[in-house]
Amino acid sequence: MTHQPLPRWADLVVLPIVNLAVALLAAGVMVWLVGQNPLEVITVLVHGAFGTTRGLSYTLYYATTFVFTGLAVAVAFHGGLFNIGGEGQAILGGLGTGLVALWLSATLPAWLMLPLMLLVGALFGMVWAAVPAYLQAYRGSHVVITTIMFNFLASSLLVYLLVNHLKVPGSMAVESAPFADSAKLPSMHTFMGWLGIEWPNSPFNTSVFLAVLAAVAVYFFLWHTRLGYDLRATGSSARAAAYAGINPNHQVMLAMGLSGALAGLVGMNEVAGVNGRLMLEYVSGAGFTGIAVSLMGRSHPFGIVLASILFGALFQGGAEVAFEVRGFSRDMVVMLQGFIVLFSGAMAYVLAPSVAWVVNGLRGNRAPQAVKGAAHG
Amino acid sequence: MLGISKRFGPVQANADVDLTVGRGTVHGIVGENGAGKSTLMSVLYGFYTSDSGSIKVFGQDATIRNAHEAIALGIGMVHQHFMLVETLTALENVMLGAEPHVLLHKAEALVRSRLLELMESTGLRVALDAQVSDLSVGDRQRLEILKALYRGAKVLILDEPTAVLTPQETEQLFGVLALLREQGTTILLITHKLKEVMRLCDRVTVMRAGRVVEEVAIADATIEGLAEAMVGRKVQMGRVGDSEKAPGAVLLQARGIHVRDLMKVVRLHALDIELRAGEIVGIAGVSGNGQSELLEVLSGLLAPVRGSLSVGGRQFEAGAWIDPRTARTLGVAHVPEDRHERAMVMSFAAWESAVLGYEWLPHYCRSGWMLHPEMRKSTADMMERFDVRPRDAQLQCSSFSGGNQQKLVLARELGQAPKVLLVGQPTRGVDIGAIEFIYGQLRAMRDAGCAVLVVSSELDEILALSDRVIVMNQGHVAGELPIDECNENTLGMLMIGGGNANASDRAKAAQVQKVAV
Amino acid sequence: MDEAMIGSLIASTLRVSTPLILCALAGLLSERAGVIDIGLEGKMLFAAFAAGAAGVAFGSTAVALIMAMGTTVLLSWLHGFACVSHRGDQVVSGVAINIIAVGMTAVLGIAWFAQGGQTPPVTTEVRVQALMPGVVEALQGIPVLGQVVGQGLLSHNAMVYVALLLVPSVWWLMFRTRFGLRLRAVGENAHMVDAAGVSVARMRYAALTLNGLLCGLAGSYLVLAQNAAFVPNMTAGRGFMALAALIFGKWHPVKAFWACLLFGFLDAVAIRLQGVPLPGIGQVPVQLIQALPYLLTVILLAGFIGRTVAPQALGRPYLKER
Repeated sequence: MTHQPLPRWADLVVLPIVNLAVALLAAGVMVWLVGQNPLEVITVLVHGAFGTTRGLSYTLYYATTFVFTGLAVAVAFHGGLFNIGGEGQAILGGLGTGLVALWLSATLPAWLMLPLMLLVGALFGMVWAAVPAYLQAYRGSHVVITTIMFNFLASSLLVYLLVNHLKVPGSMAVESAPFADSAKLPSMHTFMGWLGIEWPNSPFNTSVFLAVLAAVAVYFFLWHTRLGYDLRATGSSARAAAYAGINPNHQVMLAMGLSGALAGLVGMNEVAGVNGRLMLEYVSGAGFTGIAVSLMGRSHPFGIVLASILFGALFQGGAEVAFEVRGFSRDMVVMLQGFIVLFSGAMAYVLAPSVAWVVNGLRGNRAPQAVKGAAHG
Repeated sequence: MLGISKRFGPVQANADVDLTVGRGTVHGIVGENGAGKSTLMSVLYGFYTSDSGSIKVFGQDATIRNAHEAIALGIGMVHQHFMLVETLTALENVMLGAEPHVLLHKAEALVRSRLLELMESTGLRVALDAQVSDLSVGDRQRLEILKALYRGAKVLILDEPTAVLTPQETEQLFGVLALLREQGTTILLITHKLKEVMRLCDRVTVMRAGRVVEEVAIADATIEGLAEAMVGRKVQMGRVGDSEKAPGAVLLQARGIHVRDLMKVVRLHALDIELRAGEIVGIAGVSGNGQSELLEVLSGLLAPVRGSLSVGGRQFEAGAWIDPRTARTLGVAHVPEDRHERAMVMSFAAWESAVLGYEWLPHYCRSGWMLHPEMRKSTADMMERFDVRPRDAQLQCSSFSGGNQQKLVLARELGQAPKVLLVGQPTRGVDIGAIEFIYGQLRAMRDAGCAVLVVSSELDEILALSDRVIVMNQGHVAGELPIDECNENTLGMLMIGGGNANASDRAKAAQVQKVAV
Repeated sequence: MDEAMIGSLIASTLRVSTPLILCALAGLLSERAGVIDIGLEGKMLFAAFAAGAAGVAFGSTAVALIMAMGTTVLLSWLHGFACVSHRGDQVVSGVAINIIAVGMTAVLGIAWFAQGGQTPPVTTEVRVQALMPGVVEALQGIPVLGQVVGQGLLSHNAMVYVALLLVPSVWWLMFRTRFGLRLRAVGENAHMVDAAGVSVARMRYAALTLNGLLCGLAGSYLVLAQNAAFVPNMTAGRGFMALAALIFGKWHPVKAFWACLLFGFLDAVAIRLQGVPLPGIGQVPVQLIQALPYLLTVILLAGFIGRTVAPQALGRPYLKER
């Protein structure tokens, strides 16, 4: 079968939309199979996610975390690595943020405390990714396996610390003591209040600015700095990077380190922005959603922001549907997420030939791009 | 095989080739790179289907669409790159795909007895229970031959078999082939080593540029005649663009370069080379004789096990070899042979690949921040100077034709005004019109005082460009000749490894004469 | 440490290890053929759900088993479709299957049984029972033998013994049959196998089919022998632990088996050690023991306990070049 190449715009826009549509279709079929009305579900979902300010607020709160984990996966991917460890790196990030908050929030003012929490959170996440990276670069251990193991180690570590050291004595709840106010990021309700705008009370908080900043920073890093150039070159063609004199081991460390740091920022949203204390479940699968987000967003920060909002909408809308439609639960959203990872990730190119056929046909049977000279002897 | 033609895109790999091989004979097929010999054999073994022509095997018409049909007809092939599973034993490798029984221990017993018989009758000895990863290269090749014979090959195709063998292993192989011939096996030997052909073969076919240029019985052939047929062109003297100046100072000197590959095969034997300002040195020789490794060592991509390098006022030894970035800072530019994998990042846009290797220059990058306008401007300049089409710096590298990609790479490297320029296959895939332009650029570099090293499998190119020609053979310098001493005779002889000593003696004598005059 | 304790420790170890062994063997077959299988967790979960749902719906052990194995074989084929037939990324495909499994089992569970994702418990007739209760009874009184052998080794249900038997069976398949030879070759050098006339795709699909069957057994065990009902997310990382055991066992059936036993033992010990101070070390946090399998695997992969050599072609889709 001749392999017709896709023009770039089709590769970046049409194919993802097609893959998303197929995933939605598959999920829709499942919804219908369990006796629900897919259209009804979609309507409630969209309304739940965007129809009210409160709903929108929740959507954006979820999206904030997904931006961080999605960027993490994307940066590693540009370096040619698959970072499945976002879950564990986010846990460590939150842990770092929380620990420094518990330690210093009573004594430091907010303008010192918050940046410190950010730094420590990013650092913890970075370290948690750097260890598997080091093992990959210098000892040849496959980074996928080690990061999966590190995910489990992270949750074990969190449980251990919370249960044995951080739990408030005499309390049944597996939580740390709450932070002093200087360690909490103002919620959007508060922030908008300063601007004189009415905004409902919700977990949505000012860490969203951090998320947007991170997305912009990642964009500039990847396409406007030399380090980003070297990273992308390594991820695209290790041999060309070697020719250019780029050290592959350094690139692995850099890619994973940055990736872990980005995932670690989840702590700013969940721990500093919402919980105000260390709890058990503040990541709950966001690391894996980050994979779906990055795949959908084609590893580009702009796409990731959009995809994060999409997934935030799915989560929030899903909660609303679970509320209103009998028999529906948020697990449907999880299932859809899985379909998206399947169709946009593993099967991304199954549909490519058909899409190429249609696209090239619509452009008037243009001949495939020039065949690179085949010299045989 | 009659009238075989095969085209790959713009390249006519085989044009109306006839090949008739007598049963129970050893038939050699010789030619330079790109002559078409591998393509022809791939057609016979079913990897390709010819565009036209017919094949008859043992008198019967045959259509060979894949390797299995070829095997069924009794054709076996031993490739240059072995197809073995390292973690399995030799016996298991022979057996794979043709196991006579579901239960391994029974299958092994059956196969073992047959193999022992085969090993007796052919003299091919391999330790059947050894893991392939423990076997030497010579052993592995013997194993490949056994594999083919086990499957009932009556026609055995060998593709450059002695490329990776030591002299002793080569002798052993010759013995085996002679024995096989006595037993009635027909052998097709693809090689560029005429000495081997003279020793082993009954008849030989010489190919050049996809056609058969000569077919003769060994008894009636001479090495010189074959070399001439293989190289087949008269060298023009007094070329356009020859420099009037004598070469200047030594800009790069490498001594005792010794390189081993992953399989411990020696690729470069204690090689010495010197590059002078204002001189183009051409490395001639059939690919695979160490030229690629030489380029990689000199550019810093590969570190030798022994040797020293002196360039740009600095010395490098084997344990602490130069790296590509340092090479660039010292003014060494490298146009790699492998354009797709090395020279560019195919998924980058042209304006990004245009600074590959130089992205750290202050011109392109300030405090870690890439200067996009400068990068784009440079790319536009490059495209203008080298006439790269389409003139679109935004276009992805993979969308340019091969020739334009090459022009872009050359523009990038030459644009850095290097002191030493290492070029591999400068005009591979480039259209005719651009070739002269590129030659002009290379000569201009030389005239400006650059030391240029050109590696090319196209002898024409070497002859057109070089002031001095080095012929490499099996990791050695077979000989070195100034351009006015090069003719099809001397060069051909050096390339085929015949008369090594004579040629370099003659060269030295000629040089002495020149100086004296 | 008295006999009763030893006996019950052995029994616990075997019980906990069984799904690990089955899953590890499944992963072994797939990965030795060159296909990375991250989806063990998801497939096991799906199988548990299928066994639970079918067990309740049809009241038959056989049907439950068949449904479970059928489901996982389909999932393995899906993985094959994405990765073998279409060169998709094997890791992403595995991750996708895991996520889909978590979601879909809950969705179907709620839709069909309306118990918040759980299935109702499967009746005792459907569950797999101890195979030799009589023997265990008889051995009760005998010192040493009675507890250690009787309770520890002989008190189990058929699935445990099946799992134990499968270890030498898979070993035999891989190292003593033609199929096994070809399987190992495909995972090391697919080009060579193709040139030798064996279809790479067919070998990989065959391996994936066996992989599916074994995952099905692993998941069914959880419901038919351990829990009696499917609970959302009941696999709790066991699929990954099996993967870790597989790697720890260097892709060899017998070594992986010992790794599974080790991890099972750690799990059995973890509960018992909770709150019990060890001489010289003091109290070992239960989370540490639970994390040990993962920690050990990382240490192994880092090369501190011997070299790990994965099948050469692992993770690389086969492209018919030429």
